[in-house]
Amino acid sequence: MTGRKVLTGQHFMHGDHACAEGALAAGCRFFAGYPITPSTEVAERLALRMPQLGGVFIQMEDELASMAAILGASAAGARSMTATSGPGFSLMMENIGLGVMLELPCVVVNIQRGSPSTGLPTAPGQSDVMQARWGSHGDYGIVAYTPWSPQEIFDLTVHCFNVADRYRVPVLLMSDEVVGHMVERVVIPAEEAIPKWDRKQPDGKSNGSFKPFQALDPDLVPPIVHAGDGYRIHYTSLTHDENGFPDLSPENHHRLVTRLVQKIQVNADKLILTEDYYLEDAKIVVISFGSTARSARRAVAEARREGIPAGFLRLISLWPFPEKLVQQLAKDADAFVMAEMNLGQMVHEVKRHVHQPVKGVFHAGGAMMPPEPILDAIREVASGGNGHTRG
Amino acid sequence: MATAILADKHPLDDLIRAHRMPNIWCPGCGIGIVMRCFAKAVLESGLPADDHVVVSGIGCSGRVAGYMNLDSYHTTHGRPIPFATGLKLANPRLMVTVFSGDGDLAAIGGNHLIHAARRNVDIKVVCINNFNYGMTGGQFGPTTPRGARSTTSPYGNPELPFNLPYLLAAAGASFVSRWTTIHVRQIQEDILYTYKKPGFTFMEVLSPCPVGFGKSNNINEGVDEMELYRQRCVIDPSVGLADLEIDLREERPIYVGRLVDRDLPPYRPVTLVETE
Repeated sequence: MTGRKVLTGQHFMHGDHACAEGALAAGCRFFAGYPITPSTEVAERLALRMPQLGGVFIQMEDELASMAAILGASAAGARSMTATSGPGFSLMMENIGLGVMLELPCVVVNIQRGSPSTGLPTAPGQSDVMQARWGSHGDYGIVAYTPWSPQEIFDLTVHCFNVADRYRVPVLLMSDEVVGHMVERVVIPAEEAIPKWDRKQPDGKSNGSFKPFQALDPDLVPPIVHAGDGYRIHYTSLTHDENGFPDLSPENHHRLVTRLVQKIQVNADKLILTEDYYLEDAKIVVISFGSTARSARRAVAEARREGIPAGFLRLISLWPFPEKLVQQLAKDADAFVMAEMNLGQMVHEVKRHVHQPVKGVFHAGGAMMPPEPILDAIREVASGGNGHTRG
Repeated sequence: MATAILADKHPLDDLIRAHRMPNIWCPGCGIGIVMRCFAKAVLESGLPADDHVVVSGIGCSGRVAGYMNLDSYHTTHGRPIPFATGLKLANPRLMVTVFSGDGDLAAIGGNHLIHAARRNVDIKVVCINNFNYGMTGGQFGPTTPRGARSTTSPYGNPELPFNLPYLLAAAGASFVSRWTTIHVRQIQEDILYTYKKPGFTFMEVLSPCPVGFGKSNNINEGVDEMELYRQRCVIDPSVGLADLEIDLREERPIYVGRLVDRDLPPYRPVTLVETE
């Protein structure tokens, strides 16, 4: 282990460690966390590495504090991150809402385990994906990505920081225990090849007209100022006006909350990431994400060998959901298959955008989903089987 | 012959957001008194105002952040201390004051309070103790005396309250003091003193809440509670921390003063990089 900022080169690396290295490569210099399986290795790696780079690693008293601390660090201008799993993610919901309201960039990693409650501490789940979208109270927009390999954990962690800074929003990295604890080849690029998007800064200082929560650009993202910049800015979790001060009128509340939601909607095309295989002529579209997507791709390849015109769409961004793409696929497809390690969550998003039957392949979690049940589902819909979950 | 002195500017004008006045506090409330002491201490701190940051939680005292013309953060209920911890560690140049109430800091935020004291993070906490949840209309909280009436303890509070200086001393704070809103010079001096003292410092300031606490407990006006402080406050270094319990309704001393002042290593993130 060296003190290099970016560990350029080829590695045989643990997923959680790849997440930590992605954060460091992205310039994250503040990590606050609380030990929880299966995300603890992210914290352990950063406890070792942050001191080498002059960054801050702090172990907080709980996840409420961890989430609050990374927002405070972000308010001071740092790229900041925390990492957790199900029960900790629930505690973070409170201050994820604060991050949304104050528009403070940060990255929250959730290495999902089987849930609800304490559930399966050392085994996988994908059942926090709706909580990622809706878990904090109120209306808001959020961004969440989901990796399927240690390499992609590295790449997406970097990307999460860039998106958070560019759009002033907490960004969630929704991995699962399989990918978090998987050891695979990870190629880390040269430092100069790591993409870096900056926070939008105001152009003129103290010209009297600067309103810190006024979004003048079409992307609806106001420029950000930090503590100590000399603006003497006010940030409040209350509904606030464009100057940052409380204004609890219904008109102002509607204006602010609408912008927080639309900020993600109007930029959705830039935020959405997907990958597809054999989709060009697909009549059966299989959709999956995270570790389950590894089995889903295998099942689709097997189906093709059997002559079934199946194709595969992998969700890399869960939120925003690629609704336009799914609507497009629905024009030619006969049926959809949705595979996920929960009892049916993202399937509802698919159903909202297609008129075909959607066959769900669900498991509550505890072990990686094998290809067989997905292949069985593909065969079933290919033979006209009526196993769909519509209705 | 006397000459009129015309002043078009008050020394604190630069530190108070006048355009946010009038404030939301009730007549007789003591929070404004403490905020003025805070502003005077910032003015006299010798640090540029741009280097001061105030972080607050939710409740009446939490509104101080909105009225001080500093970089100010009005966060979530109970969480100003961890927010301030992140802010301070990310930019150690800043002087970070947490200004909030007893319910915010000692009930919903109680875990953060003791752990920040244990860690000895270099943040300055000013805790307004008005013995109840004022913003929500006068419910009992972690400092409400046993037997005191509130809207959620109509038959008297069945719980024992925290003795905050005792708690903070045990948790490891470098500095702990207690004053009341009649001790404006001492409050100001102690805030200034804590700005020169590295580590976690905690000041409890007893403050009248005639609308929330007083009305239910036979203390009619804010000024009546101030008079009660004047009559009963005692500085007695021989009194142990365990004996600092307060019950405004009883005829016994309210012990105030600088209670803990010790040099402990402040929290520094582990680093292998040579700095400075």
